[in-house]
Amino acid sequence: MTTKTIKSTASAGSIIPVLFAVVLGLGIITVTGHVQASTLHDAAHDVRHATGFPCH
Amino acid sequence: MMRRMTCATPPASPATKQMFGRILTSALFAGAAAGLIAALLQLFFVQPVLLHAELYESGELVHFGGEAVSARPDLPGLFDEPMRNLLSILFTMLTYTGYALVMVALMSQAERQGHEITARHGIIWGLAGFVTFHFAPGLTLAPEVPGVAAADVGARQVWWVATVASAGVAMWLIAFGGNLVAYVIAALLLMAPHVIGAPEPDSFTGPVPTEIGALFAARAFGIGMAAWVLLGAFCAYFWQSETAHAEATA
Repeated sequence: MTTKTIKSTASAGSIIPVLFAVVLGLGIITVTGHVQASTLHDAAHDVRHATGFPCH
Repeated sequence: MMRRMTCATPPASPATKQMFGRILTSALFAGAAAGLIAALLQLFFVQPVLLHAELYESGELVHFGGEAVSARPDLPGLFDEPMRNLLSILFTMLTYTGYALVMVALMSQAERQGHEITARHGIIWGLAGFVTFHFAPGLTLAPEVPGVAAADVGARQVWWVATVASAGVAMWLIAFGGNLVAYVIAALLLMAPHVIGAPEPDSFTGPVPTEIGALFAARAFGIGMAAWVLLGAFCAYFWQSETAHAEATA
């Protein structure tokens, strides 16, 4: 009974770091691939073309 | 009994912290390694095609309407534009670290649902990631060589994000859905963005020869697939070793 309680608490708690990692990853992809600020765009220009992001 | 129950709840917090640490560590290693290899492959195989296209984009070279132009002009070498190429390496590594964070997080979730994650499984994960982030949007918004005509960038980004999201869900359903309904939904999700259609330019104004455009798209997809396969294998490998390390020190 006690074991069950611990298990379910642990798995309910550990979805948060998974979601946080996904959001962080998508955030990085958005900055390197999509943000159109001109400095960022120029720096990432070749990568955006080669990695299939819409560039300009 | 009550005492034991209350004691049992708090450890979830350190476990949660440790979980994020393991995802972050694995993703940083896998993303940096695969990103570096991807960047070098791109510099060697894709960049010369891009630089060639830029000669037509800038008007330095013109095909048709004049004398025949050599298909092998002098292009800047790998070390002629060090800052440009170093920035490309940095941004490729960052981008692949972003991909890795998403992939390792989903791997940890799949593992918790009872699926095995090994470096060999990682290869399939990598292919699924390639389809999701590169091939699915690229099927209609083909990898663009500089100078091609294209619709408004904001509209294309919206379509890109929607296509990646639906392809990602489709890949998960194909891998873990396990029944016909899931497969049918996955197929519909994969096809829908292309049936609806991506934003397209009103007219074609690209000055770049079609041979260069085709080679660029093929190279971008090929290098992308190779890099993603490595990324999948690395993510699974580092996730496994981080998990083994955590269990050994627990």
